[in-house]
Order: sequence, then C-alpha cells, then structure tokens
Amino acid sequence: MPRTTTKASVAHLRQPSGPVFPYRHKSFKGKINIFELPVFALNLNCYVETAIRNRKSDCMTPKTRTLVAVLAAVLAGFLSGCATPTPEQKASGEIFDPYESTNRKMHAFNLGVDRVLFRPASKGYVTVVPDPVIDSLNSFADNLSMPSNAVDYLLQGRLRESGISLLRFIINTTIGFAGLANPASEFGIPEVDTDFGETLHVWGFGEGAYIELPLYGPTTARDAVGVVTNLFTNPIDFAPTRPVDNLGLYTEVLRRLSDRGRFADTVDSILYESADSYAQARILYLQNRRFELAGEGEDAYLDLYTDPYAIDTEGF
Amino acid sequence: MLRLTRRSFSMSLAAATGAALVPAQLLALTESSAKKLIDILVADINKIIASGKSETAMYKDFERIFARYSDTSYIAAYAMGVDGRRATSAQKKEFSKAFQQYISRKYGKRFREFIGGRLEVTGVRKVKSWYEVSTLAHLRGEAPFEVTFHVSERTGKDLFFNMYIEGVNLLLTERTEIGAMLDRRKGDIDQMIEDLKRAG
Repeated sequence: MPRTTTKASVAHLRQPSGPVFPYRHKSFKGKINIFELPVFALNLNCYVETAIRNRKSDCMTPKTRTLVAVLAAVLAGFLSGCATPTPEQKASGEIFDPYESTNRKMHAFNLGVDRVLFRPASKGYVTVVPDPVIDSLNSFADNLSMPSNAVDYLLQGRLRESGISLLRFIINTTIGFAGLANPASEFGIPEVDTDFGETLHVWGFGEGAYIELPLYGPTTARDAVGVVTNLFTNPIDFAPTRPVDNLGLYTEVLRRLSDRGRFADTVDSILYESADSYAQARILYLQNRRFELAGEGEDAYLDLYTDPYAIDTEGF
Repeated sequence: MLRLTRRSFSMSLAAATGAALVPAQLLALTESSAKKLIDILVADINKIIASGKSETAMYKDFERIFARYSDTSYIAAYAMGVDGRRATSAQKKEFSKAFQQYISRKYGKRFREFIGGRLEVTGVRKVKSWYEVSTLAHLRGEAPFEVTFHVSERTGKDLFFNMYIEGVNLLLTERTEIGAMLDRRKGDIDQMIEDLKRAG
C-alpha cells in the first residue's frame, strides 16, 4: 500500500476519523533555492493575518488592539494566499505544517550541521570544560536574558514576574559576580523564563505554521517572530557600556552546546535513531511548547489524546 | 502464514502466563486507587534506581514494570493508529509483543539519567473517565520537572495508559514513530514489526 511520506506521516498523528491535511502554500514547489528564502520569511506574515482573524477577542486590551491594528496595516502589503488551519483542526491539537517540504530541507541541513559541527563540539565542550564552569556560564546566559524577560512579562501584564526578573538581574549581576553565580535562587526567588513568542500568545496570537529554522531548529511562525524580536531587542544590547555586541547570542549558543552535550544520548536517539527524525522533532517541540504556554490548570494539551474507551483494542 | 500462526500461539501462551502473575485489582477506580497505583509504581521505580544494578538488568526491570502497571494493549493499539484496522490478529499480537519490548529498551536506556534521582507523587485529579496523577521528577543537578500518568480501569484493573514528560505525550510520540516506520516500509506491517524488534 504505497503512500506519500507527507500524507502518511501526518495520517498517524490524527484521530482515526480526522481529515487529511490539504494545505500547501502555493509559493512552495518542493524545491529550495536562494530566492525562495525571502519568500519563506515573508510567509511568516501570513501567520499574523491568520492570528488577527482568529484572535481571542477577550484577551485584547484596547492598547494591544491598537498595536495589532498598526501591525496589520504595516504587514497588509505582504499578505496574500495564506494557509490557515480550520478551527476544528486547531481544537483537536493537530499539527499545522503547510511548509513541510521546505522544513524537511532545513531539517536535513540542520542534521548535517549537527553531525559535523554541533554534536562533536558539544561533546568536546562538556568533556573538556568542568561541570561547575558550565553551570556558571549557563547562569551567566540566564542572567543576561532577565532584562528582556522583564520587558516581555511587562508586555504580558504579569507585573509580579516582571519584578522578579528585574530583581534576579540586580542580585545576580551584583553579588552574583556578573551572573556567573546564582545567589537569587539561593535566596528562594523563583526561577522565571519567558520570551516574545509567549507575549504574542498572551496577546491572542495562535501558533501558526510549524517551521524549522536553519541552525535554530523547530519553532512555529509565532515563535519565530518572537525569536527574531528577542534577538534584536535584548535591552542588554542597548546598554551604554557593554563588553561585546550580541553577548546574549553568544551565551545562548554556549547554553545550547551544554544542553546538546549533557543530554547527548537523548538528543542522538531523536535525531539519529528514530525512523523519521523530522516528525519526531516536530511532535516533541509542539507538545512541549504547548505545555509551556498553557497556564496553570489549562488543559490545552489534553486535546491531544483520546478517551481510553474510544479505541478498539481487540486483538492487541 | 503457518509461521505466523505458530508464533502467535506461543505468544498468546506467553501473554497468558504473564497475565496470571498480575495481581487482580478488581476494585472500582477512585482517586485514591489511582494514586495508589502510581505510588506503588513510583516506589518500584525508585527501588530500581537505588538498587545500583547494571543497566541491562534495569531494562529487564523496566519491562516488568511496563507489563505490570500499564494498559499495554491500549498503548499498542493507539501506537498503531488507523493502520491497526487492516492488521490481522496475528500481526496485532506480534506487534504488541515487539512494541512492549521496544518501549522497554527505549525508555530503559533513559534510566541512566534517573540514577541518583527520584519521583515524587504530588497530586491526583479526575479527567473525564480517568485519573491524572502528577509527579515531580527530581534529577541530579536539574530543576525538577513534571511527569504525569493517566490511569483508567478500562481492562477491569487500574492501569496507566499514558505518560507525559513536560507535556510530551508517550502515546502520540510513539504513534508518530510507528507511523514513520510504516511509511519507510511503504505500509508493510510485517516488515515494520521486524524493524521494531531491532529499534530502540
């Protein structure tokens, strides 16, 4: 029973009677060339249009409404022929991957980079550099992200977390040796972490299409906008005195190296031992991200499974 | 065909022997019985982690835990998804057996990361017709993370039928993997089962 990879890999993710994914953006012909990359980037805007159309209106304060309207006006010129999931598909927690063929090429590229560069470098990093030093560098990276967390929490209207982020930054930067140590946690100040993707989520934007970015890896259209925004708006980079430009970026790379090295077996099993590493990375990322964004007591991820009584287990 | 039939016969014999070893827990599912199941499961896992056995011995222990505390037929049926409808009963039995060992190998390998750590049951709540038992995993040198079990009495016994690690769902993840294995073999179930025996 021959089937195409695209259709079949999605078929297993849906409930037995769910619809097949008919989406394919018209600008994708299944080939990638350098001229297609800007088109791919522009397609991010489609997500914005989609999200504005489907936004949860009760989440929108007048201020964010204005902002969204301005954004929409700016992006209006780029918007055309967007691929959008239907409300039923979103409700059943399905995967929305209209750019699968492009994503798979990015995945192949990322796998190549991992194999020859990132994986060996990360193994070397965690072998050569002593654990306490790696921990310190990770704390340093965390601390650098705190001002940007404070801004994002503020934009999300979570003043308490915003204050905690600032407090952590002040404590760890001063008595924590520029963030190399983490006295804030020893004082019992809770750990906080957010990003602009979460801010967009709080503002009512849906996740949009699944995207695998070169070098960065799995994300969604909404979170890709967040990643790019965070990258260029880290308050640290606007400080009058700073040791290096884009310090946040470099420390983030180091943190990723340490994660890749420390969880090498797990990551290897996903990337190199699974039957379809693209599909595995996609399902793992989406599940974990939806879990992160679901608030306390929210059951967003519960949509993903069926009733244990609803499946025919005869013969198994 | 004959080969399959003979194999499936010995398989069902093995399954019947296994079933006899499981204590009958024919009590109605309640909040406390769901929590009790996970308490015992967690105690068992913690005991294995603390035993200091070799990794291979731990895989065996994990397979025993999986067979004893989980709804293996439901998990196998879910993992096969819609393709289960066109599978013969011999294929279903063979798949269930191979899948159970695959899960034990795959997740047993992860046990290494649990050495020196522990699981702690933090709460239980009812969701539709089943119970959700939350636990916190405390691993060495890492912030604690959430592991959730779903418990039902579908089979007449309290058994867990799904597990979440930081929102990542075992059922959905394995259905994706089995689906990909089938795709690679152009939908041939027998070849997929042979691959499954070597995977993980």
